[in-house]
Amino acid sequence: MDESINLVVFSGTDDKLQAVAVLAAGAAALGKPVNLFLQYWALDAFTKAKIGRDHGLAPEAGAEGRAAVDALAKAGHAPWAETLRQAKDIGGVDIQACSLSMDLLHLEESDLDPLVDGVEGVTAFYLNAGEGQIVFI
Amino acid sequence: MAADVQVDAKGLNCPMPIVKTAQAIKGLTSGQLLEVLATDPGSVKDFAAWAKTTGNELVEQTVDGGVYRFVMRKK
Repeated sequence: MDESINLVVFSGTDDKLQAVAVLAAGAAALGKPVNLFLQYWALDAFTKAKIGRDHGLAPEAGAEGRAAVDALAKAGHAPWAETLRQAKDIGGVDIQACSLSMDLLHLEESDLDPLVDGVEGVTAFYLNAGEGQIVFI
Repeated sequence: MAADVQVDAKGLNCPMPIVKTAQAIKGLTSGQLLEVLATDPGSVKDFAAWAKTTGNELVEQTVDGGVYRFVMRKK
């Protein structure tokens, strides 16, 4: 199974990042190469300063969604950053920051959490994706 | 069937049982057996899919009181 899974991660709310972490970890467990390309608010959530914070939920979550997510966390469901660390431990997971978003948010590579492997442009992302599927979240 | 390594993934949600399994199988040699216990109902289909995709054989599968037990042989 060499076909890669490529996730363009745009949204920075905890629910969408959790979905990203689950998709990445599942693909890594199947032995697929996984590439994450962090843009905009997702990149902001991967900074050392903010990765451990509450990033809120997508607007459609509402109060009921908030309660459901809190209950899952209370039951011991791992936060998305931890799920991604586990996925990287399996291997084959590469996380890159979008260079334009780095400029937009005035970030240096040293501002990013160690989960992030580097900074690249969209061309490098497409090159690494090859013939694999690309998903935008 | 006695396993060489056991993983207790009870109480963990998707995808952690499979993630723990993928981590554990790395440390085994070909032919060794890995036993995983899980309570996530989705794990039944997930372990079948994982075995099919990775080529590791699912040699035993039982359920007892809501606890699923999977035994896999490393390819």
